[in-house]
Amino acid sequence: MSLSRAKDLGLPLMNLVRLKGIPILEQLHLEERLLRTSSHNWCIVNDGTNVPTIVMGMSGKPAQLLELGPVMEDRVPVIKRFTGGGTVIVDKSTLFVSLICNKDDVPNVQPYPRSVMAWSGSLYGEVFKGINGFQLRENDYVFGDRKFGGNAQSIIRNRWIHHTSFLWDYNVRNMGYLKLPSRVPQYRLERDHTDFVCRMKDYIERSDFVEKTIKAVGNQFTLKQVNLKDIDSYTEAENNLKTTRLLTLEELEKAMADTS
Amino acid sequence: MALRLLWASRVASHLRISVAQRGFASAVLKDLKYADSHEWVKIEGNKATFGITDHAQDHLGDVVYVELPELGHSVSQGKSFGAVESVKATSDINSPVSGTVVEVNKELTESPGLVNSSPYEQGWIVKVELSDAGEAEKLMDSDKYSKFCEEEDAKH
Repeated sequence: MSLSRAKDLGLPLMNLVRLKGIPILEQLHLEERLLRTSSHNWCIVNDGTNVPTIVMGMSGKPAQLLELGPVMEDRVPVIKRFTGGGTVIVDKSTLFVSLICNKDDVPNVQPYPRSVMAWSGSLYGEVFKGINGFQLRENDYVFGDRKFGGNAQSIIRNRWIHHTSFLWDYNVRNMGYLKLPSRVPQYRLERDHTDFVCRMKDYIERSDFVEKTIKAVGNQFTLKQVNLKDIDSYTEAENNLKTTRLLTLEELEKAMADTS
Repeated sequence: MALRLLWASRVASHLRISVAQRGFASAVLKDLKYADSHEWVKIEGNKATFGITDHAQDHLGDVVYVELPELGHSVSQGKSFGAVESVKATSDINSPVSGTVVEVNKELTESPGLVNSSPYEQGWIVKVELSDAGEAEKLMDSDKYSKFCEEEDAKH
């Protein structure tokens, strides 16, 4: 769509950042910075991350969510992120899509979790149009009753982020690092990880998904591609606001010891 | 709705303040002040107690975690100092006044749902020593806040 055509339609601007293999910690730090210190809308697509990493939500407790013995033995990095939601293990096959919006640029969406979640379900409904069984179920993207996309959000005064990790493929062994969480959606019905999730690659081509997602976002925003190296010009100084962090081995050892 | 009004009346009676009844809408208590980011504040001399409003907790959903500030932490009017987690989201809590944190509601660590069930009473979040009592003038009274909530909800 040309810029002039977009202006005619009155679509708000959104910067599109396309990444490949960026470490998830770096991606999350970038997102937190853009949410809090930029006034622009952003769509970030990261095609895989470099090493298998466990990512917990803000309130996640390692002892409750992780098999700490194998996690420490295998030196799997554990991150606590700035958004809510549950625990995932991500790797090079995971696809990440993050949407950071000014609430005034999405006026039909109230800046509250359920409203943002419903809007995202509608957006991805366009992406997966024609693929049977796609729906936003409780707060997950599913095909039928199997989850392939996990969502999380952070909402600040006038902006919000909705980000998703899409389970393109997964290593069954990696699922073994995660315990069955205490808070689960009702539709999970006590299924373990391998019975609860599915592989997105069984439903859609990878490049097809990325392009359709960008197209769906482009139906609501005028997209402008921005390179990672140019992002600094869009943000203020960080002021040490990172809450996303890598947990130390000492913290994991203490978590394990506290439960013994 | 009847239960909600009964609850609001009981709280009001305990706090010796009156309730603005808004029909099906969230409860708003008179004699509190309100920020446009949906926090309430009760000022008593040089101290203030605050939390999030009934409107906020209703829109956020079940709160599963409250991130509390440290004692002695400085808060500034309109700036975030903590967060609540609900559904899959962390939502900033913004301070309605400036000051220094002197007490936090530790009950919320084990029972974050108090923010939902009792937002103006047992679900209070922090108490601060005010650094600028005049700042409260910038906040809304109950009538203005009620109207503000109605206008906000009407937009969607």
